[in-house]
Amino acid sequence: MIYGTGLAVVLAVIWWVLSGYDKTLLLSLGAASVVVTMLLAIRMRIIDRETVPFFRLATLIPFYTWLGGEIAKSNVAVLKAALKPEIDVTPRLVRVPVDAQSDLSRCIFANSITLTPGTVTVEVEEDAFLVHALTPDFTGADGFAEMNARADRATDGRRKSS
Amino acid sequence: MTVTEIILLIRDIASIALMATGLVFVLAGALGVLRLPDFFTRMHAAGVTDTLGAELIVFSLILQAGFTLLAAKLLLVGFILFLTSPTATHAVANAAHRAGEKPLLSRFHPKHPRDREGDA
Repeated sequence: MIYGTGLAVVLAVIWWVLSGYDKTLLLSLGAASVVVTMLLAIRMRIIDRETVPFFRLATLIPFYTWLGGEIAKSNVAVLKAALKPEIDVTPRLVRVPVDAQSDLSRCIFANSITLTPGTVTVEVEEDAFLVHALTPDFTGADGFAEMNARADRATDGRRKSS
Repeated sequence: MTVTEIILLIRDIASIALMATGLVFVLAGALGVLRLPDFFTRMHAAGVTDTLGAELIVFSLILQAGFTLLAAKLLLVGFILFLTSPTATHAVANAAHRAGEKPLLSRFHPKHPRDREGDA
């Protein structure tokens, strides 16, 4: 129920941001389209914490701020590698172990790896990702472990006691 | 100069600086796609274009738009780019991997054109 309400509010806000109308007729049409979308979503049974991750924003926003810093750093590294007068790269394909409690956490971790330039998730396996990296500098196991832990904490709030 | 004019000037300078930095990253991405050896390494260069390059340009446009509905729309554009570009990159990489594209895994270090003249 709370996820449904959250989805309806977000849909209404997006409708208004994209249209910017303030006439009653147009607003009621917008409300009608939100209602139709909600009916379809309920019928498809897709309203759960994965499709409505807005209640985790308090932890997701710090995570993506941290990720933004990492992205900027690795962007500069790839920029240097691509613009050097003499290109010198040694591509690597590594298997990164994944410790995630939920599919959402795995998804965000895989997405974060790809989002960081220099590393791309090539294949998602049951307990590991196959990651292609531009140079061995990008394949530090500590870096991946830290990103995994942060992604897990951002989505599930706590770490497995293992 | 009034205070408003100074604030607008600072906003323009920040916006132009962001746009210029974004363009440097987009250009570097394009050069990387041309210079790097194989499919997977070129994909990394393309990643520079659609993360920092695209986001910096969107941020500079947000500064130009000010506190308007347009800025909110641009923010939405930046957000959607941020979420969808890795998904698209992963889809392309995964398709290439499954189709049997073998990544180059040895060191790629061509000689500088200056030192190569003798061989050619």
